[in-house]
Amino acid sequence: MNLVRVNTPLAAINTIALLWTQTASAHVGSGEAAGWLAGFMHPISGFDHVLAMIAVGLWGAQLGAPAIWVLPVAFPLVMVLGATLGFLGVPLPGIEFGIAASAILLGMAVMTAWRPPLVVAALLVGVFAVFHGHAHGAELPPGQGAMLYSMGFVIATGLLHALGIGIGTLQRWTWGCGLLRGAGAMIAAGGVFFLSKAFA
Amino acid sequence: MRDAHNTRTSRGIRVALVTALCAGPAQAHLNATGLGPVYDGVLHFLISPEDLVPVVALALLAGLRGVEFGRRTVFTLTAAWLLGSLGGLGIVKVLTVEPVWSALSFMLLGGLVLTDARLALPILTLLAALLGAVHGVINGSGVGWSGPGIIALLGVASTVFVCCVLLAAFVTQLRSQWSRIAVRVAGSWIAATGMLMASWSLHAG
Repeated sequence: MNLVRVNTPLAAINTIALLWTQTASAHVGSGEAAGWLAGFMHPISGFDHVLAMIAVGLWGAQLGAPAIWVLPVAFPLVMVLGATLGFLGVPLPGIEFGIAASAILLGMAVMTAWRPPLVVAALLVGVFAVFHGHAHGAELPPGQGAMLYSMGFVIATGLLHALGIGIGTLQRWTWGCGLLRGAGAMIAAGGVFFLSKAFA
Repeated sequence: MRDAHNTRTSRGIRVALVTALCAGPAQAHLNATGLGPVYDGVLHFLISPEDLVPVVALALLAGLRGVEFGRRTVFTLTAAWLLGSLGGLGIVKVLTVEPVWSALSFMLLGGLVLTDARLALPILTLLAALLGAVHGVINGSGVGWSGPGIIALLGVASTVFVCCVLLAAFVTQLRSQWSRIAVRVAGSWIAATGMLMASWSLHAG
């Protein structure tokens, strides 16, 4: 007997609406919620970053264990090194090209279901993570709370990878494999678009 | 039969309405009364990431290592936190958790979770004692000698105990490989946060 009947579409809409809510800022210390939100929003506010991070998750899912968790772990850790360079004002030439290239190459890796050795995959992801991290570090808004900003930043990055891995589970079906390859092609196309913008 | 049921229902509704009219102010936001010292301590811990995150990391680490490690960590951490808090009451200067300390503890504990480090029991006990003592002293110095303050510290220590028990117990019973990997990924997030905080400190310094 069903004691509770759940209206799934309504529950989904409510959940999305809740996720969309603005900061209450009710009783938090000054600037703290803004720090966490600013950190959380930063990785997901740039479409070029979002594409690359989802591609990392997709590729990890295609490669299977241990890449499925090594790549999403390596990316944020190396990205922090890039952010440090950005914080410290160390110049890194061609950042926009590097970010666009990451979407192109990672998208192509997903599209072709490329299966290199784990070290090569991790190195590739790590190199691109430096570019993404540097961009985030250099664009850091002044005056944000370091701890909460950092937590929001890392959690958002991790969730984007998790989203990619979640989508990547489609590969268990034949049609899913094709869909993933198509998604990889779209990511690569997005990278080409951002590369053309970098040249413009 | 049905009339009797309706009468009972209608009487119940009337009683409920009269009771509702007699209700005092809800004081939902507790501006006037506050939550009370125990809950002040509970909330202080739960909304202070510099206290909460290292405890989470330590609990995850202990849970990965097993039941014996979990038990030892829970009791050592709580006892050290409580003793440190009582010791901190006597310190005149109000101490705060320095960002560098937070960054280091995040990196160390998160890194240990990420690598699923096979620490010996005495090492983990030492880590728990150190973490509890440092954070306890800092909490105690912020409260100072007062009745409600000491009760608030009991609230903090109780919450440390409950959080650590729940998390360590949850992780201990995880058997599947993917669930243990998820715990290690959480450790990597904590370590990455610590690294970002450390580089931020370099930037600010």
